[in-house]
Amino acid sequence: MKFLDEYRDPVAATRLADEIHCITTRPWTIMEVCGGQTHAIMKNGIDKLLPATMTLLHGPGCPVCVTPIELIDKAIALARQPQVILCSFGDMLRVPGSSRDLLSVKAEGADVRTLYSPLDSLKIAEENPDREVVFFAIGFETTAPINAATVREAKRRGLPNFSVLVAQVLVPPAIAAILDAPDCRVQALLAPGHVCAVSGWIEYERLSATCHVPIVVTGFEPLDILEGIAMATRQLERGTTTVENQYRRAVKREGNLEAQRVMNAVFEVTDRSWRGFGVIKASGLVLRDTYSHYDAERKFTLPIPAATESTECISGLILQGRKKPPECPAFAVRCTPARPLGATMVSDEGACAAYYRYNRVPA
Amino acid sequence: MCLAVPGKVISIADNDSAAKMATVSFGGIRREVCLTLVPEVRLDDYVLVHAGFAISVIDEAEAQEIFEYLRQMDESPPAVEGGS
Repeated sequence: MKFLDEYRDPVAATRLADEIHCITTRPWTIMEVCGGQTHAIMKNGIDKLLPATMTLLHGPGCPVCVTPIELIDKAIALARQPQVILCSFGDMLRVPGSSRDLLSVKAEGADVRTLYSPLDSLKIAEENPDREVVFFAIGFETTAPINAATVREAKRRGLPNFSVLVAQVLVPPAIAAILDAPDCRVQALLAPGHVCAVSGWIEYERLSATCHVPIVVTGFEPLDILEGIAMATRQLERGTTTVENQYRRAVKREGNLEAQRVMNAVFEVTDRSWRGFGVIKASGLVLRDTYSHYDAERKFTLPIPAATESTECISGLILQGRKKPPECPAFAVRCTPARPLGATMVSDEGACAAYYRYNRVPA
Repeated sequence: MCLAVPGKVISIADNDSAAKMATVSFGGIRREVCLTLVPEVRLDDYVLVHAGFAISVIDEAEAQEIFEYLRQMDESPPAVEGGS
């Protein structure tokens, strides 16, 4: 496929890896923020092409992984209401709540449906006027305008039986939290290309300047990631800390202004709790007052018992780049994709799932 | 979650709805995609599609840059030991 296959050319990848070896004179630690990049790195063996002295840390860019357990418990409680059809992206179904996941309540008879696009939930609401359709609106800036456009369209169509359970988060405040930590090891960042396609990188310029790290907006194919690492390495070797854009074919400095306009019309910024981090200031989105009647948390009052996390899971430390999956004693032993203790072992973007699937398991 | 796949806009539905729809071809596989977030898009453009919405129009000239860079690297390979 055009714009995919040519960015997977192994000869060009080797050429870029050679270039990284040539320019690297010291050990460097680089964090790729997005879980999609983590999976591409593991799947394509990019980590094995790099100098042995270079460390890649895996960031928090997995919306499923950082959705607070309380919200998953709420989604499960909503799904168990007989009148509710709970719609979700597929990734969310196997994420463990306090005692179960959405897939197991679906197996017990709850009406849980996996969607390709949030717009499909509007069709389901129109086809089921006597039921309540709740869409579990998770995601970063990439997905926020899409979920916002869906809520806006529900309003335009006057759908009374549609609402959203909002778990939208924003990337830059989480990156700031990681970079501000006293024991932070990250020396350069690969910023998430699809988040920046929407948001642009102006906010990342502030982050780069205040936290003194080079940031490279990077795509998701092997050549993108290798070029992003090469650009970050060149900055580290030179001692510069600016924002550069590797993903030029998809990202502009100001981002997608129309997407930002739709997102800001429907959502406003709020403090939000991240699973594994705690509350991060101004790091989430909530529906504006004009759309608050689409808020499932206001529409439904449900008794939710206090959430309980697995005591053994260290996904919080993994999401912050402080530990790597094989450092967890439960990894690949008591925690596997079939029996996950935490979200990082479930999601297609979770670091633990990537290490497990692509066999980075300690011997 | 943030997966987005490039595809070619092969037809745009003729309606004024806020949810402007198009048919996008992903290497021959066709899907309906919402264009509401990319008002500048034109027929035959390539778009990045995430969760049924186009989020970005691909800049085809910029897309060639990495290959131009690789060509330049091939024309001036890094110095190797014993080079004459």
